[in-house]
Amino acid sequence: MSAPHTGQFCALLLRRQLLLAMRRPIEMGNPLLFFTMVIVLFPLGLGPAPDKLAIFAPGVLWITALLSNLLTSDAVFRSDFDDGSLEQLVLAPQPLFLSALAYILAHWLTTGLLLALVSPIFALMLNLPVSALGTLIVSLLLGTAVLSLLGGIGAALTVGLKRGGVLISLLILPLYLPVLIFGTAAVQAAVTGTPSGPYLAILGAMLSLAIALAPLAIAAGLRISIDA
Amino acid sequence: MWTFFHKLGSPPWLYAIAGAILRWLVPITLVALVGGMVWGLLLTSPDFRQGNSYRIIYIHVPAAVVALAGYYVMAIAGAISLIWRMKMADVVMKAAAPVGAALTFIALLTGAIWGKPTWGTWWVWDARITSMLILLFLYLGVVALYEAFDNKEAAGKACAVLSLVGMVNIPIIYKSVDWWYSLHQPASIKFSGESTIDPSMLYPLLLMIAAFYALFTCCLLMNMRAELLQRESRTQWVKKIAGKEGRR
Repeated sequence: MSAPHTGQFCALLLRRQLLLAMRRPIEMGNPLLFFTMVIVLFPLGLGPAPDKLAIFAPGVLWITALLSNLLTSDAVFRSDFDDGSLEQLVLAPQPLFLSALAYILAHWLTTGLLLALVSPIFALMLNLPVSALGTLIVSLLLGTAVLSLLGGIGAALTVGLKRGGVLISLLILPLYLPVLIFGTAAVQAAVTGTPSGPYLAILGAMLSLAIALAPLAIAAGLRISIDA
Repeated sequence: MWTFFHKLGSPPWLYAIAGAILRWLVPITLVALVGGMVWGLLLTSPDFRQGNSYRIIYIHVPAAVVALAGYYVMAIAGAISLIWRMKMADVVMKAAAPVGAALTFIALLTGAIWGKPTWGTWWVWDARITSMLILLFLYLGVVALYEAFDNKEAAGKACAVLSLVGMVNIPIIYKSVDWWYSLHQPASIKFSGESTIDPSMLYPLLLMIAAFYALFTCCLLMNMRAELLQRESRTQWVKKIAGKEGRR
């Protein structure tokens, strides 16, 4: 049997990751449940006045998306590192950064994409105007993809460590900030009726940069963690 | 020239060269620091609006400038150790992180102390302050990641990757925070007065910046020497030095 082409290989990897996620639907639902719980905390903590909630809604939704992404990032490579299949992946002839990209894509499809799709429900609960919903979904789609890529860097660097859980948040939260700023700004612009296109364009630019550079850092991180 | 460069790659030589540099750099640093402080804190005239409280810039500005430069030293050393596998670059990177973190902290602390009498508040979510805070987190992230690894060679590489990722991000973070603040900026606070600084205040400030660069270099070299001794603690040359120090 000949080795599969790189594209084919990545598609297989992606299919495997998605299949693994599908087999554990509860685990896939956990970030969404977490998202819901944290959203509930805000009205309880800030007070339920609808007009006040509407002001905070863009920030609340984005911070919550960021946290639930952070929680799941830690697990991207963990189980494959533990059972040794990651080592095989590093040894495989296919370029590691493309395989890493397949992992990240699977992670984004099972967390960020789902989150973006269900976010309108919570946005309405927080009294966000309906006119801003489209922008919210698009900004979350673009932004969570960047978050997944950055989170992958932290995950790759800490996967070999026993107590990587807290460390990963210290490593990658500072890197998340630009996404938070522009994501929130896009939604806020949509709420106030100003064009949100420029912010979404900047998020898109960040995504292109992250797609180009993050897989290289992830691949380097994985090699280091395997060697350690 | 190349022999000197190659010597830098060998731990005992680097240890000796760093020691030789320190022998004359430490006195120069002390003289510059004391001179700059006396000049800046005692001999310059008070600012006509801020009175004496402005004098903290002689600590604050140099610390902030060198803290930013220190990150680039760390990241470039990390890149060198990743690309050319030079172990000694790894030592430089590891030694730079705590010094940079300390300087960032000093800059933040003196800024807060200055902000209380001048702005009436310890902390403002200003673009520069926020990005300095993030810089502190990036430094601490590198220190924490290094400590988390048991295998110190892997730790060095992981930190090099992290500091490079941080270097790509620093301009983005700075720009985005800058932009974020300028959108929400209350008009009461203006933060740009550097171009209008009087020469009598500027020269002691420049001296202090130079002194802080020298201080950074001193701390870096001392840290490097300590790190070298620790790494090479099983080798002959370290035992020799330890024996000499012990007999003294």
